[in-house]
Amino acid sequence: MERSTLNLWVGFFVLLGFGAFLMLAFKVGNLSIGASGKTYVVVAHFDNIGQLKERAPVRSAGVLVGRVSSIHFDAVHYNAEVRMSLDEQYHFPTDTSASVLTSGILGEQYIGLDAGGDDKMLKNGDEIKLAQGAMVLERLIGQFLFNKAQDGTTTKGAEK
Amino acid sequence: MIVNSVLKGVRVVGDRTLKIVERVGATVAFLGLILVNSATSLKRPSLIVREVYYAGVQSLIIILVSGLFVGMVLGLQGHETLQKYGSEESVGVLVALALVREMGPVVSALLFASRAGSAITAEIGLMKATEQLSAMEMMAVSPVARVVAPRFWGGVLSMPLLALLFSSMGIFGGFVVAVVLIGVDNGAFWSQMQAAVDFRQDVVNGIIKSLVFGVAVSAIATFEGYEAPPTAEGVSGATTRTVVTSSLAILALDLLLTAFMLKGWN
Repeated sequence: MERSTLNLWVGFFVLLGFGAFLMLAFKVGNLSIGASGKTYVVVAHFDNIGQLKERAPVRSAGVLVGRVSSIHFDAVHYNAEVRMSLDEQYHFPTDTSASVLTSGILGEQYIGLDAGGDDKMLKNGDEIKLAQGAMVLERLIGQFLFNKAQDGTTTKGAEK
Repeated sequence: MIVNSVLKGVRVVGDRTLKIVERVGATVAFLGLILVNSATSLKRPSLIVREVYYAGVQSLIIILVSGLFVGMVLGLQGHETLQKYGSEESVGVLVALALVREMGPVVSALLFASRAGSAITAEIGLMKATEQLSAMEMMAVSPVARVVAPRFWGGVLSMPLLALLFSSMGIFGGFVVAVVLIGVDNGAFWSQMQAAVDFRQDVVNGIIKSLVFGVAVSAIATFEGYEAPPTAEGVSGATTRTVVTSSLAILALDLLLTAFMLKGWN
């Protein structure tokens, strides 16, 4: 085979290999949300985000309406600042509440939006005031035990 | 009588074991010989380019197609099982980790051993049988430097690239099955994958594995070819041995490397 053809093929092969390397290294981080592509950003502060990741889905009534675009620690309020890009075609009232939820037992975490009743709609850069963080299992159990213990003392007290 | 036959049996086992050890030792010694005689081919990269073409480019089709199928099967099986736990989005993590850490380097090395390794053995063995290697020696050209070393380096260079392509193709196959056909959420598929796959721990370790496999397969293939008895049966036997020995070496080295990578080097 001719030298130039050989070099061409090998060059093609090596470039393909490096392309594969880049794909594996950066793992296609550029797939954006919904089909329309136009989004607006709203912010919410959570006391605990649990296992929420960037690019996690934002759902309302179970329907995908947006994605988490960034998660930062707010050093002023000591909580998590979560920015989410919502699809332009969906509008939510300003008193909408956001909560970190889990799909399934071991499933991924997502943000659930429950629409409020306000006439005004959320605009780009607005903040969702009603934000409930993720449930932490240990705290939940702790609280349960605490309540149980308290119940025990009150009923004993009542018997006396 | 019985004692004698038992002793004979033990002797056979001992003989076989010693022969295996001898063979492993000879292969490693041959690897050293190749490295010592590599200067010529490293100074003339066109020799290696030609071997990268025969070992790497010509293995592309089988590697890409197998990678796609393996990824698709992983996607199907992974989804089937993860579905039970309500976390089918994790199928991306499963496919990517399985491919990048294990399947990519190992399966592509096995395919490479049977596709390119056997070809190298047969070629060198036939060159020996037709006395081309002796002719080279007559002309004061070292056959190890001129024939063996370029094939060795061609294999070593091709192997990591093929493994990377296998993994990428497999992840694409998993994506097609899980996201496009079954309908797993696209964003969760990639975001969980990105969150779970570590560049240093997973991707780089996979490349290290495939480099080691490349060295092992190329050394075994060239050694078997170079040491093949110069007959038709000799060459065919050497080709078979290349595939068998390479496969065993790949799997054994994989166990060692995985153990060290997961549990640390000390």
